[in-house]
Amino acid sequence: MHQMNFAAPKTVAGAVKLLVQNKGRSKVIAGGTDLLVQLRMGKIKPGIIIDIKNIKEANQITIEKNGVRIGAAVSGAVVGEHESIKRNWPGVVEALELIGSTQIQGRASLGGNLCNGSPAADSVPALIANEAICRIAGPNGKRDIKVQNFVKSPSKTILKRDEILTSLFLPDKPNKSSSAYLRLIPRTEMDIAVVGVAASLTLDENNKCLDAIICLGAVAPKATVVKTAKKILVGKKINNDSLATLGMACEDTCDPINDTRGTIAYRTKVAGVLAKRAVQIAHTRILEKANL
Amino acid sequence: MNKHHVSMSVNGDPVEILCETQQTLLDCLRDELYLTGTKEGCSTGDCGACSVTLNGRLVCSCLVLGVEANGCDVQTIEGIGSEKTLHPLQKTFLEEAALQCGVCTPGFIVAAKSLLDEKPNPSEEEIRYWLAGNLCRCTGYDKIIKAVIKAAKIMREENEQRTNRRAN
Amino acid sequence: MSSVRTEELTRPNRKATEEENKFKVIGTRPVRPDGIDKVTGKANFGADIVLNGMLYGAIHRSKHAHALIKKVDVSKALKLEGVKSIITHSDLATLKPTDKNSNVNFFDLARNVLAKDKVLYDGHAIAAVAAISQTIANEAARLIEVEYKILKPVMNIKTAEKKNTPIIDKNIFTEGLKEPAKKPSNIAKKVEFLLGDPDKTFEQAEIVVDRKYSTQTVHQGYIEPHACAASYTKDNQATIWCSSQGAFMVRAYTAKLCGLETSKIKVIPAEIGGGFGGKTTIYLEPLAVKLSEKTGRPVKIVMNRTEVMRATGPTSGGTAHVKLGADKKGNFIAGLIELKYEAGAFAGSPVGLGCMTAFAPYNLKHVKCTGWDVLVNRPKAAAYRAPGAPVAAFAVESAIDELASKLQMDPIHLRLKNCATEGTTAPYGVTFDKIGHKECLEAALNSNHYRKKLKPYQGRGIASGFWFNIGGNSSAEIMINEDGNVTVATGNPDIGGSRASMAMMAAETLGINMENVKPIVADTESIPYSDLTGGSRVTFATGKAVIEAAEDMITEMCKRAAKFWKVDPAQVEWKNGKAICIERTDIEPMSMKQIAKIAFKTGGAISGKANINVKKGAGPGFGLHICDVEVDPETGRVTVLKYTAIQDVGKAIHPSYVEGQLQGGAAQGIGWALNEEYVYSKDGNLMNTGFLDYRIPVASDLPMIETILVEVPNPGHPFGVRGVGETPIVPPLGAVANAVSNAIGRRMTDLPLNPIKILSEIG
Repeated sequence: MHQMNFAAPKTVAGAVKLLVQNKGRSKVIAGGTDLLVQLRMGKIKPGIIIDIKNIKEANQITIEKNGVRIGAAVSGAVVGEHESIKRNWPGVVEALELIGSTQIQGRASLGGNLCNGSPAADSVPALIANEAICRIAGPNGKRDIKVQNFVKSPSKTILKRDEILTSLFLPDKPNKSSSAYLRLIPRTEMDIAVVGVAASLTLDENNKCLDAIICLGAVAPKATVVKTAKKILVGKKINNDSLATLGMACEDTCDPINDTRGTIAYRTKVAGVLAKRAVQIAHTRILEKANL
Repeated sequence: MNKHHVSMSVNGDPVEILCETQQTLLDCLRDELYLTGTKEGCSTGDCGACSVTLNGRLVCSCLVLGVEANGCDVQTIEGIGSEKTLHPLQKTFLEEAALQCGVCTPGFIVAAKSLLDEKPNPSEEEIRYWLAGNLCRCTGYDKIIKAVIKAAKIMREENEQRTNRRAN
Repeated sequence: MSSVRTEELTRPNRKATEEENKFKVIGTRPVRPDGIDKVTGKANFGADIVLNGMLYGAIHRSKHAHALIKKVDVSKALKLEGVKSIITHSDLATLKPTDKNSNVNFFDLARNVLAKDKVLYDGHAIAAVAAISQTIANEAARLIEVEYKILKPVMNIKTAEKKNTPIIDKNIFTEGLKEPAKKPSNIAKKVEFLLGDPDKTFEQAEIVVDRKYSTQTVHQGYIEPHACAASYTKDNQATIWCSSQGAFMVRAYTAKLCGLETSKIKVIPAEIGGGFGGKTTIYLEPLAVKLSEKTGRPVKIVMNRTEVMRATGPTSGGTAHVKLGADKKGNFIAGLIELKYEAGAFAGSPVGLGCMTAFAPYNLKHVKCTGWDVLVNRPKAAAYRAPGAPVAAFAVESAIDELASKLQMDPIHLRLKNCATEGTTAPYGVTFDKIGHKECLEAALNSNHYRKKLKPYQGRGIASGFWFNIGGNSSAEIMINEDGNVTVATGNPDIGGSRASMAMMAAETLGINMENVKPIVADTESIPYSDLTGGSRVTFATGKAVIEAAEDMITEMCKRAAKFWKVDPAQVEWKNGKAICIERTDIEPMSMKQIAKIAFKTGGAISGKANINVKKGAGPGFGLHICDVEVDPETGRVTVLKYTAIQDVGKAIHPSYVEGQLQGGAAQGIGWALNEEYVYSKDGNLMNTGFLDYRIPVASDLPMIETILVEVPNPGHPFGVRGVGETPIVPPLGAVANAVSNAIGRRMTDLPLNPIKILSEIG
């Protein structure tokens, strides 16, 4: 009979110690909305489950000098109630809030969504577009890396077996910037993204594009930044012409698969469509903010 | 088998149970505490039949380990109202015929209550999106949404009366 | 007399029609008698049963879609501490292919609940375990080792029909062919219904539409997984607690599979958390009984969602080829339909019913309907709400929509021109009595919905639907309690509010208030035999039994009053809930309360009963749905903007629950049309075994579903009742597909209409 332990350490050091002791036979639980399904299906058989929700820094939101730090286990519902995160990183909040139902939002976290390593994770493209940074703790202390470099391939991350993700840092944005996330699902709720697109946009005083990051989800083995987007948009007005070029660039970036949720042709085409719409939403948000 | 001693408050009552690591809060409520009003429809968080609140937050009890609920306050359908003290939602579900088979009903009432506690006057769209994680296969949702709208109105009126009484 | 009931018309201040003044209880909207239990979590469903000393069951299921079982090794599982017993097919009664009746082939049923020597679909049960905890039972099921010889799976009709394709069941020889089949085949049966001479008449048609359609396997999607508990006692009796659509069905089927006499089993019905036809058969009950017999302890088995999806009741996917001919004025001349339905791994898809219903809403003199029942390595198809009809109606209603646009005619006017009315003979040979198809079409024309204007990329679709409705065996018993209140018992599980309608019909007949009637669902030893809850028969047939039982009790109450008053029983009449002595003003009428008091003095307790088999008069149901959609031209996503379901319901006993049937059926049909489908890998493994990827509609997917209840009373029922539960799932597939087709200007023929298909069509 398979034996499974459980521990809920109160400190990062305590969690790391357990990870070291259990030599890769452990699973870290934050919200548990993916983990419990995998357990139930018999896909994973950990020797111990380590709950990080009792670790203060993994379960709190702190405003820092140059941005905001969100604990890896803070639930979507809590992030969604945070006024300044909503105001400054609307794309991250809307992506996180699209994960599952109200009930799932009560548990699911940014850290869990990222560590699960799914190419279709909603919050990951939004974190990347907003240049978020992971804080990782291990036996040798802390290290920071870009979210963009965190996932290696489906279900695989750069986390070593004795490391945990403790928090995510969202660096402050210039004044005239905003973000958006859109996904395509067949229903209105409760589905996994067939395509997801996050856009982060900054405008100059003439409302020309100063900076833009577009990141696509579910169209490649991991969330993928559209490398040519900056070149296409920077210095230009956001209009049909610039967006049409962006749409094509997004299609070119796609490297999707056929699966039960979507086809290569569909995913490629819709990535372009959603990218244009997401940039437009971010653009509108900036202008609305300026008019306040 | 590794068993954990879990203490929690369920509908205001202090309870203590022993549970296996893999037992969910749902398993604990149903199999250890015999509170079977909370239903299992999928065990993957996709149907909402197992909705409860955990420290005031709406969750699927099938996606919470029993041991994670240690020290927590859990509210289930059994704590919402009884025959003599029906909650406005329970009344309007009955009046509006918002249930057919009734197996999803406890989850809907728990979820809708958590919405109305937070937002007394939600729009139809807000109700539909809040309840998107609660599946009903019988009603087409129509009468459920109407029951929630009606209950919200009753609760607002009750609240107003209470405030007026206090003011007097 | 017919009346149309819309929300607008039923405002309290409106003048009641004469028809409605006739009734005091019927047509009102009281709170259902079992309601409080269901909103407080007290109602006990199948999985809620707990028995002293209970063991927990789990099932080992096949990973392969098609394979021979070479060996089942349970040794490792048995060694696990806490495992009490393991059974396989050989523990069931030995049955032969000839063990069947008109409803069910028990040889197949037994091989479905536990595979014999061959697994026939992914998830096919092979062995069942009983253990002291669910965790141990699950682990033991996992430890069972099966050695297979893997065979090539036959996953669709195209493969099943091919020459030299693997044969799923060597005992199947195509039935219904002119020449008896000589070789085994995956095609179990051919059926044909012919009216007039369609082949020849097509030559006269001025306009012909001719097109092929296809649909996928879909699941009923009830929220409550199958569950049961069984206790086998030393005197060779078994008691079963389970949720099902028919306790007597569970008793009969389980008895057969366990080799027990029917009377040795008692079935106690639990509340049922949705069925839609999917709980008209058994999966777990014989396993629980056998495990209980072996262990001497009660055994409970509850499926999880994955098991429900892999191994229970989907309904057939299929193809339809429709040819419809008309003259230039829009009069239908002739119709042909050829249907092929997937039966799953055992014969018996509802293709015959598809053929019978396909053209039934229309007056066509020349029709041919051909159906093929095809075996594939998918779970055995179970009934699903109007089985067989939605797929056929999707094809025919799409063809009519296409014809309307070719004729540049309004699609409702085209249907009005051709709709079946009283006296029309349907292709399956029945001549209709009073029916309400025309009234539904007229109600649609007069609706605000139909007049609403549409914008670009929006489309409107309409479609009609027909379902037979049935009668059958129903029993009811009714009694006065000492306090004058009434208990009414029937043998039909309450799947969607039937306790309310039974209580209302009893109250109406007795002339008392509904609050004074307590309706109960009795177990198999407390009420005589009743057919299961299905076929839209309960409010009609069991309702009729309740009315007759109440009348039987009225006769007895009048006799007792006569005895008490010392008058001739012929002098006593029943009026407004009281016994009245006619022509005697000096005798005070006697209420039920008073009669209860004199019961013991006049001969003992008072009750009434009716055990009936209703063979005629079920009154077919017709409906018409209107659906407006908007298609996102860049992504192919469909939004349902507005939806109206119109149906002839005969007489709505409890209008809210009747509306609920229309709304629920429409929602299921919308899911079927847009997003629901079984997706199999090429090896035959089901890829979407949960509600995440088997996408039933969620609350935010749907608008309010308007209803219009048309009431053309059924002459076959004392109150005019028609069955209402199944008809509402027949029109939506066509209504949604027509709406989408009209929105994008292309005929959509392949369900589900998911964004991928639509975008590839738009280009």
